Amino acid sequence: MRKYDKMVTNAAGRIVPTVINGKPAVPFMGIGKYKPAGNKAAPPIVSCADFPDDGNKVVGSLKEALIKCGLKDGMTLSTHHHFRNGDLVAGQIFDVAKELGIKDLMWFPSASFPCHEPLIKYLEDGTINHIEGSMNGALGRFTSEGKMKGLGVLRSHGGRYQAIQDGDVHIDIAVIAAPSSDPFGNANGVNGPAACGLLGFALGDSQYADKVIIVTDNLVPFPCIPWQIQGNYVDYVVVLDQIGIPEKIVSGTTEVTKSPDRLLLAEWSARFCDEAGLIHDGFSFQAGAGGTSLSIGIYFADILRERGWKARFARGGSNKYLVRMMEEGLVDYILDGQTFDLDGVRSMRDNPAHVNTSPFTSYNYHGKGNFSTLVDVVILGATEVDVNFNANVVTHSDGLLLHGIGGWQNCLFGKTVILPIPLFRDRIPVIRDEVTTLCGPGELIDVIVTERGIAINPRRTDLIEKMKGSSLPIKTIEQLKQEAEQICGAPEKPLFTDEVVAVIKWVDGTVLDSVFKIA
Amino acid sequence: MEEVAFAGNKGKGVRSDCFVELAPGGPGGIQLELVSKVEVMYGKAIREEILAILNFFSIQDALIKIEDSGALSPVIAARLEAAIRNAYPEKKEHLIPMLEQNRYGTARDRNRFSRLYLPGNTPSLMINAGIHRPDGIILDLEDAVAPDKKNEARYLVRNALRGIDFYGAERMVRINQGERGLDDLDFVVPHNVNLILLPKCEHPEQVHAVNARIREIGQLHPLSNPIWIMPIIESALGVMNAYPIASAAENVVALAIGLEDYTADIGTRRTAEGTESFFARSMVVNAARAAGIQPIDSVFSDVADMEGLALNVRRSKAMGFDGMGCIHPRQIRVIHDNFAPSAEEIDKAKKIVAAFHEAEAKDLGVVALGSKMIDPPVVKRALNTIQLAVKLNKLDQNWREDYA
Repeated sequence: MRKYDKMVTNAAGRIVPTVINGKPAVPFMGIGKYKPAGNKAAPPIVSCADFPDDGNKVVGSLKEALIKCGLKDGMTLSTHHHFRNGDLVAGQIFDVAKELGIKDLMWFPSASFPCHEPLIKYLEDGTINHIEGSMNGALGRFTSEGKMKGLGVLRSHGGRYQAIQDGDVHIDIAVIAAPSSDPFGNANGVNGPAACGLLGFALGDSQYADKVIIVTDNLVPFPCIPWQIQGNYVDYVVVLDQIGIPEKIVSGTTEVTKSPDRLLLAEWSARFCDEAGLIHDGFSFQAGAGGTSLSIGIYFADILRERGWKARFARGGSNKYLVRMMEEGLVDYILDGQTFDLDGVRSMRDNPAHVNTSPFTSYNYHGKGNFSTLVDVVILGATEVDVNFNANVVTHSDGLLLHGIGGWQNCLFGKTVILPIPLFRDRIPVIRDEVTTLCGPGELIDVIVTERGIAINPRRTDLIEKMKGSSLPIKTIEQLKQEAEQICGAPEKPLFTDEVVAVIKWVDGTVLDSVFKIA
Repeated sequence: MEEVAFAGNKGKGVRSDCFVELAPGGPGGIQLELVSKVEVMYGKAIREEILAILNFFSIQDALIKIEDSGALSPVIAARLEAAIRNAYPEKKEHLIPMLEQNRYGTARDRNRFSRLYLPGNTPSLMINAGIHRPDGIILDLEDAVAPDKKNEARYLVRNALRGIDFYGAERMVRINQGERGLDDLDFVVPHNVNLILLPKCEHPEQVHAVNARIREIGQLHPLSNPIWIMPIIESALGVMNAYPIASAAENVVALAIGLEDYTADIGTRRTAEGTESFFARSMVVNAARAAGIQPIDSVFSDVADMEGLALNVRRSKAMGFDGMGCIHPRQIRVIHDNFAPSAEEIDKAKKIVAAFHEAEAKDLGVVALGSKMIDPPVVKRALNTIQLAVKLNKLDQNWREDYA
């Protein structure tokens, strides 16, 4: 089987394969253009007669559960990333597979982290054929160097749910690490030593996989409440001593930035929103977990407080800053996809206004709407943007694949999308003639805020009009690019081979771009 | 044969800098070993730049190792030149082009609320300093540079003055004490420095020595803008001589106080209340005012405590200071906001100034507000407040047109 085949130029002008890991793939056709027909995928019908009457699905070990699930060559195994860099479960699955001599598995995580670097040995020895999900850090470098046997596929959180739902990806076995579970398999993320808040990224896995294993280190008697994952989907429950490292699950990486340059970006972004009239009583926003985004949230809070306004809802990832805003009465609801710290976990557990969401409700493009289009202001990051406002979040300007897409693509559907990014990072300019890898089409990106000026997408004539006469430094994106190059010099492009190592999927499952092997 | 020379910084946490190791001679030709974080984008440009500089210095045989963490061109040039001139002391100076926008001069009485200290050997902190809009930036060759880095810092500061845009901030350099400080001037005076900070100033003769050196350099390199001097009082003797220092020369525009050294000198330590330095600060304010120049307060060193800083600035303003040093860009806003006239102060000043103009128009000898007489110094202060508020965009220039 060839990794990929039949290259074409898609609607975004990027060269992409139409056969990926032996399966046909549709090239990107434009935003909202691809509308597949047919029905959704479905898991097999099962009977209660095959499950214990006492509801006790606990088996002795992960190995036993995997064997009972019929683990064999070529299967797709899924995991979630709610434990972030503190995950202790994904590695053990493939340790078992290796021990059993299983080959050519596809790992289908909702995201990967540096803690998954040890899986490289299984990619090398053929236990894992390829990864579909995200390839971060060392896994990304491994992929970029063309060492992965199959082709990597990167999807957004919403795209992952879409792929599962539409049957683009069929999960044979879903392994869901759960901070709390009962023997029936009802599970949640709010209690237990590995508490991570919620388990939304595993929802699709539980609904659509052939077999579902819950792995927990906190078995409670039935019923486990709340049941964020319902035991009626679950085949087996495995109890381990420890499933995650708490301090790495709720990591301290989500602090407000102390960098003066980033604070300036945050301040300008918030002022931009205010001056452009984007903030009002009842507005909604999503500010991510990065230090700059968090600081923007704090500026938003100041503005709301001063005017006596409230945000109707804020989209998480949540953390103590957002929780404080809600507790202070500045936000009615937090619609949360993941919790980044213990305050987020506590709030999710104790406050009914802190709502757990999933990629289905928030992001799935093949649904009857999703929440992402309802958000007024969305603050996102990027590794690069280009003069047409296209953006890249997965590769760096040197061509190496280093990050996943996360919910980034899905959030682009918010009403106004703002990217606060430094104009250059250690001499590396962020605004290019053309992005190295296209992850988000420019027509969805409205404003780029840099420390040397703010560029508004020419399509947003309304914003351009509103910002006339502003004291903020509004410039064109070409001016900003030129300014960076005057300081840094004009950069050379990275050299690639013509070999594809991974593809970027759009939210509708079409292929937006290819990642090429570095030369 | 010359010795191996080094310049620059490397290692964990070092950004936007490079480390150069230069071994003159060798088996023949130039051997260049470059390890760069930005190899893909700028490897070729960096190699070309280095070879051009070696060519400028007519160096034909040398082994050069460079570890680059994303240094901009003025930084690479400074590091390489520092190493070269260390290895070959007879070599001449290599100047990078002066940015056109760096040729501005500054007014004698411009606002000097904030001046941001930038360690003279740390390029990463210089590059974005101007975007935070301090009134002035200080490239510090004195306390912020380790003794063994003093020499290479001069090249970096010189190249920063020429090649880094500080976006209109007054371009200041704090030179070292004594002879070394006078030699520092060779590296900054020809490159459009706007103001020289003179540390540990105790006698007017120190000001004269700096001015003599500036004049000497000016004869070789005609200066297009004035160079101001801000002596820093940092000792008991300096405090006692504050007025002679403040009035030592026509180009002394401000007098600053440095409290860390001062409190050590009088045998105590700095407290938040500042009782121990009350006399010294009052002396500096009085000496500066007597000489018709700006009194400038010491830095507030807890960069995380913005409320403490705001309180400190308000106290400082109440004592009569016109500005303060800062060591972190986050302090700039707080300093500006608290030195600037408050809305209340502006309101009051408007009333007084309006009454003053009314009295003038009616040719009355005294200014009155309601039944209260206003003394001339109060009017003068109100006029100053209005002038400052207009300058800071806190008040429209034509405010009197709508003032009922």
